[in-house]
Amino acid sequence: MTGTLIVPGYRREAGDPALATPGYGSTNHRAPDRPLVVLPHTLTEVTGPAFGEGRVKAADADLTRRPAGEPLGERIIVHGRVVDSDGRGVPATLVEVWQANAAGRYAHDSDRHDAPLDPNFTGAGRCLTDAEGRYRFTTIRPGAYPWRNHPNAWRPAHIHFSVFGRAFVQRLITQMYFPGDPLFGQDPIFNAVRDERARQAMISSFDLDETVPEWALAFHFDIVLRGRDAVAFESGDDEDDH
Amino acid sequence: MARQITPSQTAGPFLHIGLLWPDGPTVVTGDDPAAIMLTGCIVDGAGDVVADALVETWQADADGRFASAEDPRGPATSGFRGWGRCATDADGRWRIVTVKPGPVPGPGGTTQAPHLDCTIHARGLLRQLFTRIYFADEAQANAADPVLAELPDERRATLLASSVDGGYDLDIKLQGDRATVFFDA
Repeated sequence: MTGTLIVPGYRREAGDPALATPGYGSTNHRAPDRPLVVLPHTLTEVTGPAFGEGRVKAADADLTRRPAGEPLGERIIVHGRVVDSDGRGVPATLVEVWQANAAGRYAHDSDRHDAPLDPNFTGAGRCLTDAEGRYRFTTIRPGAYPWRNHPNAWRPAHIHFSVFGRAFVQRLITQMYFPGDPLFGQDPIFNAVRDERARQAMISSFDLDETVPEWALAFHFDIVLRGRDAVAFESGDDEDDH
Repeated sequence: MARQITPSQTAGPFLHIGLLWPDGPTVVTGDDPAAIMLTGCIVDGAGDVVADALVETWQADADGRFASAEDPRGPATSGFRGWGRCATDADGRWRIVTVKPGPVPGPGGTTQAPHLDCTIHARGLLRQLFTRIYFADEAQANAADPVLAELPDERRATLLASSVDGGYDLDIKLQGDRATVFFDA
Protein backbone atom coordinates (compact mmCIF):
# COMPACT_ATOMS: atom_id res chain seq x y z
CA MET A 1 0.00 0.00 0.00
CA THR A 2 1.06 3.59 -0.53
CA GLY A 3 1.75 6.10 2.21
CA THR A 4 0.55 9.68 2.42
CA LEU A 5 -0.55 11.07 -0.91
CA ILE A 6 -0.21 14.67 -1.96
CA VAL A 7 -3.15 15.67 -4.12
CA PRO A 8 -2.87 19.20 -5.54
CA GLY A 9 -6.27 20.63 -6.37
CA TYR A 10 -7.17 23.05 -9.14
CA ARG A 11 -8.03 26.72 -8.71
CA ARG A 12 -11.60 27.95 -8.99
CA GLU A 13 -10.99 30.74 -11.51
CA ALA A 14 -13.33 33.48 -12.66
CA GLY A 15 -14.76 33.80 -16.15
CA ASP A 16 -17.22 30.97 -16.71
CA PRO A 17 -20.82 31.91 -17.53
CA ALA A 18 -23.63 31.47 -15.02
CA LEU A 19 -25.67 28.32 -15.68
CA ALA A 20 -28.93 30.26 -15.23
CA THR A 21 -28.88 32.82 -18.04
CA PRO A 22 -32.52 33.77 -18.81
CA GLY A 23 -31.64 35.40 -22.15
CA TYR A 24 -30.66 31.94 -23.42
CA GLY A 25 -34.04 30.21 -23.36
CA SER A 26 -32.79 26.62 -23.20
CA THR A 27 -31.24 27.28 -19.78
CA ASN A 28 -34.66 27.85 -18.20
CA HIS A 29 -35.58 24.19 -17.65
CA ARG A 30 -32.03 22.84 -17.65
CA ALA A 31 -29.85 25.01 -15.41
CA PRO A 32 -29.87 23.57 -11.88
CA ASP A 33 -32.16 25.58 -9.60
CA ARG A 34 -30.33 24.70 -6.39
CA PRO A 35 -26.91 25.97 -5.35
CA LEU A 36 -23.98 23.80 -6.41
CA VAL A 37 -22.20 21.93 -3.61
CA VAL A 38 -18.47 22.63 -3.38
CA LEU A 39 -16.55 19.42 -4.06
CA PRO A 40 -13.07 19.04 -2.60
CA HIS A 41 -10.62 17.82 -5.22
CA THR A 42 -9.69 14.20 -4.51
CA LEU A 43 -7.81 11.65 -6.57
CA THR A 44 -10.87 11.20 -8.79
CA GLU A 45 -10.97 14.88 -9.74
CA VAL A 46 -7.23 15.49 -10.23
CA THR A 47 -6.74 12.50 -12.50
CA GLY A 48 -8.23 12.23 -15.97
CA PRO A 49 -8.26 10.16 -19.12
CA ALA A 50 -5.34 9.99 -21.54
CA PHE A 51 -5.80 9.03 -25.16
CA GLY A 52 -2.98 7.54 -27.16
CA GLU A 53 -1.91 8.02 -30.74
CA GLY A 54 -3.96 5.00 -31.72
CA ARG A 55 -7.14 6.99 -31.33
CA VAL A 56 -6.19 9.86 -33.66
CA LYS A 57 -4.89 9.87 -37.22
CA ALA A 58 -2.91 12.82 -38.64
CA ALA A 59 -5.60 13.25 -41.31
CA ASP A 60 -8.23 13.87 -38.59
CA ALA A 61 -6.82 17.39 -38.13
CA ASP A 62 -7.63 18.35 -41.74
CA LEU A 63 -11.37 18.89 -42.13
CA THR A 64 -10.95 19.85 -45.80
CA ARG A 65 -9.47 16.60 -47.01
CA ARG A 66 -12.24 14.32 -48.16
CA PRO A 67 -11.97 11.61 -50.82
CA ALA A 68 -14.68 12.96 -53.12
CA GLY A 69 -13.48 16.56 -53.20
CA GLU A 70 -12.87 19.70 -51.19
CA PRO A 71 -15.54 21.58 -49.26
CA LEU A 72 -16.66 25.03 -50.39
CA GLY A 73 -15.68 28.06 -48.37
CA GLU A 74 -12.74 30.07 -47.15
CA ARG A 75 -9.92 27.68 -46.21
CA ILE A 76 -8.35 28.54 -42.84
CA ILE A 77 -5.78 27.21 -40.41
CA VAL A 78 -6.75 27.31 -36.74
CA HIS A 79 -3.88 26.75 -34.35
CA GLY A 80 -2.68 27.56 -30.87
CA ARG A 81 -1.67 26.01 -27.58
CA VAL A 82 -3.51 24.29 -24.78
CA VAL A 83 -1.99 25.68 -21.58
CA ASP A 84 -3.01 26.05 -17.97
CA SER A 85 -3.43 29.50 -16.48
CA ASP A 86 0.16 29.39 -15.20
CA GLY A 87 1.25 29.08 -18.83
CA ARG A 88 2.31 25.45 -18.69
CA GLY A 89 1.62 23.62 -21.93
CA VAL A 90 -0.62 20.57 -21.76
CA PRO A 91 1.01 17.90 -23.96
CA ALA A 92 -0.69 14.93 -25.61
CA THR A 93 -4.20 15.99 -24.72
CA LEU A 94 -7.12 15.32 -27.03
CA VAL A 95 -8.67 18.30 -28.83
CA GLU A 96 -11.97 17.68 -30.64
CA VAL A 97 -13.70 20.25 -32.86
CA TRP A 98 -17.01 20.47 -34.70
CA GLN A 99 -18.62 23.25 -36.68
CA ALA A 100 -21.15 24.37 -39.30
CA ASN A 101 -20.16 24.54 -42.96
CA ALA A 102 -19.44 27.76 -44.88
CA ALA A 103 -23.18 28.31 -45.36
CA GLY A 104 -23.93 28.04 -41.64
CA ARG A 105 -25.42 24.54 -41.79
CA TYR A 106 -24.40 21.60 -39.59
CA ALA A 107 -24.21 18.10 -41.06
CA HIS A 108 -26.74 16.98 -38.43
CA ASP A 109 -30.27 15.61 -38.81
CA SER A 110 -31.64 18.10 -36.30
CA ASP A 111 -30.34 21.20 -38.07
CA ARG A 112 -33.34 22.73 -39.89
CA HIS A 113 -31.61 25.86 -41.19
CA ASP A 114 -32.55 26.45 -44.84
CA ALA A 115 -28.97 26.57 -46.12
CA PRO A 116 -27.16 24.02 -48.28
CA LEU A 117 -25.32 21.02 -46.95
CA ASP A 118 -21.87 20.43 -48.36
CA PRO A 119 -21.30 16.78 -49.33
CA ASN A 120 -17.56 17.29 -48.79
CA PHE A 121 -17.78 18.69 -45.27
CA THR A 122 -18.69 16.78 -42.12
CA GLY A 123 -17.34 19.50 -39.83
CA ALA A 124 -15.60 17.19 -37.33
CA GLY A 125 -11.90 16.99 -36.48
CA ARG A 126 -9.56 15.88 -33.72
CA CYS A 127 -5.89 15.91 -32.80
CA LEU A 128 -3.51 15.43 -29.91
CA THR A 129 -1.42 18.36 -28.69
CA ASP A 130 2.35 18.09 -29.14
CA ALA A 131 4.98 18.19 -26.38
CA GLU A 132 4.47 21.96 -25.91
CA GLY A 133 0.68 21.76 -26.00
CA ARG A 134 0.34 22.95 -29.61
CA TYR A 135 -2.51 21.92 -31.89
CA ARG A 136 -3.32 22.78 -35.51
CA PHE A 137 -6.37 22.22 -37.70
CA THR A 138 -7.09 22.96 -41.35
CA THR A 139 -10.75 23.71 -41.98
CA ILE A 140 -13.08 26.17 -43.67
CA ARG A 141 -14.47 29.26 -42.02
CA PRO A 142 -17.95 28.44 -40.64
CA GLY A 143 -20.93 30.62 -41.50
CA ALA A 144 -23.25 32.37 -39.06
CA TYR A 145 -26.69 30.84 -38.71
CA PRO A 146 -30.13 31.77 -37.35
CA TRP A 147 -31.71 30.12 -34.32
CA ARG A 148 -35.04 30.62 -32.62
CA ASN A 149 -33.93 31.90 -29.24
CA HIS A 150 -35.30 35.42 -29.77
CA PRO A 151 -36.62 37.38 -32.79
CA ASN A 152 -34.07 37.46 -35.61
CA ALA A 153 -31.47 35.64 -33.49
CA TRP A 154 -28.18 34.72 -35.20
CA ARG A 155 -25.21 32.88 -33.76
CA PRO A 156 -21.83 34.49 -34.46
CA ALA A 157 -19.62 32.18 -36.51
CA HIS A 158 -17.87 29.74 -34.16
CA ILE A 159 -16.02 26.45 -33.90
CA HIS A 160 -16.84 24.16 -30.96
CA PHE A 161 -13.77 22.95 -29.04
CA SER A 162 -13.58 20.07 -26.55
CA VAL A 163 -10.40 19.67 -24.49
CA PHE A 164 -9.48 17.23 -21.72
CA GLY A 165 -6.38 18.54 -19.94
CA ARG A 166 -4.65 16.49 -17.23
CA ALA A 167 -7.44 16.33 -14.69
CA PHE A 168 -11.15 15.63 -14.97
CA VAL A 169 -11.83 19.05 -13.42
CA GLN A 170 -9.90 20.70 -16.27
CA ARG A 171 -12.36 19.29 -18.83
CA LEU A 172 -13.56 22.14 -21.05
CA ILE A 173 -16.04 22.52 -23.88
CA THR A 174 -16.09 25.99 -25.38
CA GLN A 175 -16.56 27.89 -28.64
CA MET A 176 -13.94 29.80 -30.60
CA TYR A 177 -15.16 33.00 -32.24
CA PHE A 178 -13.69 35.19 -34.99
CA PRO A 179 -12.41 38.73 -34.43
CA GLY A 180 -14.74 41.65 -35.11
CA ASP A 181 -17.94 39.64 -35.56
CA PRO A 182 -20.89 42.09 -35.78
CA LEU A 183 -23.20 39.49 -34.20
CA PHE A 184 -21.54 39.46 -30.77
CA GLY A 185 -23.80 42.15 -29.33
CA GLN A 186 -27.05 40.22 -29.77
CA ASP A 187 -25.81 36.74 -28.83
CA PRO A 188 -26.86 35.57 -25.34
CA ILE A 189 -24.44 32.61 -25.35
CA PHE A 190 -21.36 34.76 -25.99
CA ASN A 191 -22.63 37.41 -23.56
CA ALA A 192 -23.41 34.86 -20.85
CA VAL A 193 -19.74 35.42 -20.07
CA ARG A 194 -20.13 38.67 -18.16
CA ASP A 195 -16.52 39.80 -17.93
CA GLU A 196 -15.04 41.59 -20.94
CA ARG A 197 -11.56 40.12 -20.50
CA ALA A 198 -13.04 36.64 -20.28
CA ARG A 199 -15.14 37.20 -23.42
CA GLN A 200 -12.02 38.28 -25.29
CA ALA A 201 -10.43 34.94 -24.33
CA MET A 202 -12.99 33.20 -26.59
CA ILE A 203 -12.08 35.25 -29.69
CA SER A 204 -9.30 34.07 -31.98
CA SER A 205 -6.86 36.50 -33.54
CA PHE A 206 -5.99 36.80 -37.21
CA ASP A 207 -2.48 35.44 -37.67
CA LEU A 208 -0.77 36.74 -40.79
CA ASP A 209 2.47 34.91 -39.97
CA GLU A 210 0.78 31.52 -40.14
CA THR A 211 -1.15 32.31 -43.29
CA VAL A 212 -0.06 30.04 -46.11
CA PRO A 213 0.43 32.16 -49.26
CA GLU A 214 -1.83 31.23 -52.16
CA TRP A 215 -3.62 28.69 -49.97
CA ALA A 216 -5.15 29.54 -46.54
CA LEU A 217 -5.69 32.31 -43.99
CA ALA A 218 -4.84 31.58 -40.35
CA PHE A 219 -6.30 32.26 -36.91
CA HIS A 220 -4.63 31.79 -33.54
CA PHE A 221 -6.55 30.53 -30.51
CA ASP A 222 -4.99 29.51 -27.20
CA ILE A 223 -7.09 27.45 -24.84
CA VAL A 224 -6.35 28.24 -21.21
CA LEU A 225 -7.38 25.63 -18.63
CA ARG A 226 -7.54 26.00 -14.86
CA GLY A 227 -4.22 26.06 -13.04
CA ARG A 228 -3.11 23.94 -10.11
CA ASP A 229 -3.76 25.26 -6.65
CA ALA A 230 -0.64 26.30 -4.79
CA VAL A 231 -2.08 24.78 -1.61
CA ALA A 232 -1.67 21.04 -1.64
CA PHE A 233 -3.62 19.00 0.86
CA GLU A 234 -2.95 15.50 2.00
CA SER A 235 -4.85 12.39 1.25
CA GLY A 236 -3.89 8.94 2.35
CA ASP A 237 -5.07 5.52 3.28
CA ASP A 238 -5.74 4.38 6.81
CA GLU A 239 -2.98 1.84 7.12
CA ASP A 240 0.10 3.85 6.40
CA ASP A 241 -0.31 7.42 7.32
CA HIS A 242 0.19 7.30 11.05
CA MET B 1 -0.26 37.08 -13.19
CA ALA B 2 -2.28 34.06 -14.17
CA ARG B 3 -3.74 34.03 -17.66
CA GLN B 4 -7.49 34.40 -18.04
CA ILE B 5 -9.05 30.94 -18.39
CA THR B 6 -11.00 30.25 -21.56
CA PRO B 7 -14.64 30.37 -20.47
CA SER B 8 -16.94 27.45 -21.02
CA GLN B 9 -19.67 27.65 -23.68
CA THR B 10 -22.54 25.28 -24.36
CA ALA B 11 -21.84 22.19 -26.45
CA GLY B 12 -25.13 22.95 -28.23
CA PRO B 13 -27.59 20.58 -29.90
CA PHE B 14 -25.17 19.24 -32.53
CA LEU B 15 -22.43 17.93 -30.25
CA HIS B 16 -22.85 14.47 -31.82
CA ILE B 17 -20.94 15.61 -34.91
CA GLY B 18 -17.72 15.98 -32.98
CA LEU B 19 -18.05 13.90 -29.85
CA LEU B 20 -19.58 10.51 -30.63
CA TRP B 21 -17.21 7.57 -30.51
CA PRO B 22 -18.33 4.06 -31.51
CA ASP B 23 -16.64 2.66 -28.39
CA GLY B 24 -17.47 5.59 -26.11
CA PRO B 25 -19.95 3.64 -23.97
CA THR B 26 -17.71 0.57 -23.61
CA VAL B 27 -15.31 1.39 -20.81
CA VAL B 28 -14.76 -2.37 -20.70
CA THR B 29 -15.96 -4.92 -23.22
CA GLY B 30 -19.04 -6.93 -22.39
CA ASP B 31 -17.01 -10.13 -22.08
CA ASP B 32 -15.16 -8.79 -19.03
CA PRO B 33 -16.47 -11.03 -16.24
CA ALA B 34 -16.80 -8.01 -13.94
CA ALA B 35 -18.71 -5.90 -16.52
CA ILE B 36 -21.79 -4.06 -15.35
CA MET B 37 -24.25 -1.91 -17.28
CA LEU B 38 -24.67 1.55 -15.78
CA THR B 39 -27.76 3.32 -17.10
CA GLY B 40 -29.76 6.44 -16.44
CA CYS B 41 -32.29 8.92 -17.70
CA ILE B 42 -31.94 12.71 -17.66
CA VAL B 43 -35.06 14.77 -17.00
CA ASP B 44 -35.39 18.57 -17.11
CA GLY B 45 -37.36 20.93 -14.89
CA ALA B 46 -40.48 20.67 -17.08
CA GLY B 47 -40.46 16.88 -16.68
CA ASP B 48 -39.28 16.35 -20.25
CA VAL B 49 -36.48 13.95 -21.03
CA VAL B 50 -33.20 15.47 -22.21
CA ALA B 51 -32.60 13.75 -25.54
CA ASP B 52 -29.58 15.76 -26.73
CA ALA B 53 -27.14 15.47 -23.84
CA LEU B 54 -23.71 13.88 -23.58
CA VAL B 55 -22.74 12.03 -20.41
CA GLU B 56 -19.10 11.40 -19.57
CA THR B 57 -17.81 9.29 -16.69
CA TRP B 58 -14.41 8.96 -15.01
CA GLN B 59 -13.58 6.37 -12.39
CA ALA B 60 -11.03 4.14 -10.76
CA ASP B 61 -10.67 0.48 -11.67
CA ALA B 62 -11.87 -2.34 -9.42
CA ASP B 63 -8.72 -1.89 -7.30
CA GLY B 64 -9.28 1.84 -6.83
CA ARG B 65 -6.53 2.86 -9.26
CA PHE B 66 -6.74 5.46 -12.04
CA ALA B 67 -5.50 5.14 -15.64
CA SER B 68 -3.73 8.47 -15.28
CA ALA B 69 -0.14 9.66 -14.88
CA GLU B 70 -1.57 12.24 -12.46
CA ASP B 71 -2.25 9.54 -9.86
CA PRO B 72 0.63 9.98 -7.36
CA ARG B 73 0.50 6.25 -6.67
CA GLY B 74 1.36 5.64 -10.34
CA PRO B 75 -1.02 4.78 -13.15
CA ALA B 76 -3.21 1.71 -13.01
CA THR B 77 -1.62 -1.29 -14.62
CA SER B 78 -4.88 -3.06 -15.38
CA GLY B 79 -5.21 -1.51 -18.86
CA PHE B 80 -8.53 -0.06 -17.77
CA ARG B 81 -9.53 3.09 -19.70
CA GLY B 82 -11.58 4.54 -16.87
CA TRP B 83 -13.50 6.96 -19.04
CA GLY B 84 -16.86 6.59 -20.76
CA ARG B 85 -18.97 8.74 -23.06
CA CYS B 86 -22.55 8.23 -24.18
CA ALA B 87 -25.15 10.53 -25.75
CA THR B 88 -28.70 10.31 -24.48
CA ASP B 89 -31.25 8.74 -26.82
CA ALA B 90 -34.75 9.92 -27.74
CA ASP B 91 -35.96 8.70 -24.32
CA GLY B 92 -33.28 10.68 -22.48
CA ARG B 93 -31.45 7.47 -21.59
CA TRP B 94 -27.73 6.75 -21.59
CA ARG B 95 -25.78 3.58 -20.81
CA ILE B 96 -22.17 2.58 -20.36
CA VAL B 97 -20.54 -0.81 -19.80
CA THR B 98 -17.91 -0.61 -17.09
CA VAL B 99 -16.80 -2.22 -13.83
CA LYS B 100 -17.73 -1.14 -10.35
CA PRO B 101 -14.83 0.98 -9.09
CA GLY B 102 -12.97 0.09 -5.93
CA PRO B 103 -12.70 2.43 -2.94
CA VAL B 104 -10.37 5.40 -3.40
CA PRO B 105 -8.35 7.31 -0.77
CA GLY B 106 -9.97 10.58 0.28
CA PRO B 107 -8.87 13.70 2.17
CA GLY B 108 -7.52 13.38 5.67
CA GLY B 109 -7.08 9.63 5.72
CA THR B 110 -10.69 8.91 4.81
CA THR B 111 -11.74 6.32 2.27
CA GLN B 112 -14.17 7.28 -0.46
CA ALA B 113 -16.93 4.83 -1.30
CA PRO B 114 -16.98 3.40 -4.83
CA HIS B 115 -18.06 6.23 -7.13
CA LEU B 116 -17.79 7.70 -10.62
CA ASP B 117 -17.41 11.35 -11.49
CA CYS B 118 -20.01 12.24 -14.09
CA THR B 119 -20.36 15.30 -16.32
CA ILE B 120 -23.27 16.34 -18.51
CA HIS B 121 -22.99 18.58 -21.59
CA ALA B 122 -26.02 19.76 -23.56
CA ARG B 123 -27.84 22.60 -25.24
CA GLY B 124 -28.94 24.94 -22.47
CA LEU B 125 -25.94 24.12 -20.27
CA LEU B 126 -23.44 26.97 -20.51
CA ARG B 127 -20.95 24.86 -18.64
CA GLN B 128 -20.84 21.19 -17.79
CA LEU B 129 -22.84 19.82 -14.91
CA PHE B 130 -20.66 17.82 -12.55
CA THR B 131 -22.08 15.10 -10.34
CA ARG B 132 -21.08 11.78 -8.80
CA ILE B 133 -22.63 8.35 -9.05
CA TYR B 134 -22.47 6.09 -5.98
CA PHE B 135 -23.99 2.64 -5.45
CA ALA B 136 -26.98 2.10 -3.16
CA ASP B 137 -25.77 -1.41 -2.23
CA GLU B 138 -22.57 -0.04 -0.64
CA ALA B 139 -24.32 1.24 2.48
CA GLN B 140 -21.36 0.77 4.82
CA ALA B 141 -18.84 2.43 2.49
CA ASN B 142 -21.30 5.20 1.65
CA ALA B 143 -21.80 5.95 5.35
CA ALA B 144 -18.04 6.62 5.67
CA ASP B 145 -17.69 8.62 2.45
CA PRO B 146 -16.43 12.18 3.06
CA VAL B 147 -18.34 13.73 0.15
CA LEU B 148 -21.68 12.07 0.92
CA ALA B 149 -21.20 13.01 4.59
CA GLU B 150 -21.52 16.70 3.70
CA LEU B 151 -24.93 16.28 2.06
CA PRO B 152 -28.33 16.38 3.79
CA ASP B 153 -29.95 12.93 3.97
CA GLU B 154 -32.68 13.65 1.46
CA ARG B 155 -30.20 14.89 -1.14
CA ARG B 156 -27.67 12.09 -0.67
CA ALA B 157 -30.13 9.61 -2.18
CA THR B 158 -30.07 11.46 -5.51
CA LEU B 159 -26.53 10.17 -6.09
CA LEU B 160 -27.17 6.48 -5.31
CA ALA B 161 -27.62 4.15 -8.29
CA SER B 162 -29.99 1.26 -7.65
CA SER B 163 -29.13 -2.32 -8.38
CA VAL B 164 -31.03 -3.62 -11.41
CA ASP B 165 -30.69 -6.72 -13.54
CA GLY B 166 -27.19 -6.64 -15.06
CA GLY B 167 -26.03 -3.49 -13.33
CA TYR B 168 -27.18 -0.19 -11.86
CA ASP B 169 -29.54 2.61 -12.80
CA LEU B 170 -29.83 6.23 -11.71
CA ASP B 171 -32.09 9.02 -12.92
CA ILE B 172 -30.64 12.52 -13.08
CA LYS B 173 -33.06 15.37 -12.48
CA LEU B 174 -31.81 18.83 -13.45
CA GLN B 175 -34.34 20.83 -11.41
CA GLY B 176 -37.13 20.51 -8.84
CA ASP B 177 -37.79 18.89 -5.48
CA ARG B 178 -35.80 15.74 -6.15
CA ALA B 179 -33.07 17.43 -8.18
CA THR B 180 -29.73 15.64 -8.38
CA VAL B 181 -26.87 17.11 -6.38
CA PHE B 182 -24.55 18.98 -8.74
CA PHE B 183 -21.11 20.03 -7.60
CA ASP B 184 -18.98 23.11 -7.97
CA ALA B 185 -15.91 21.06 -8.83
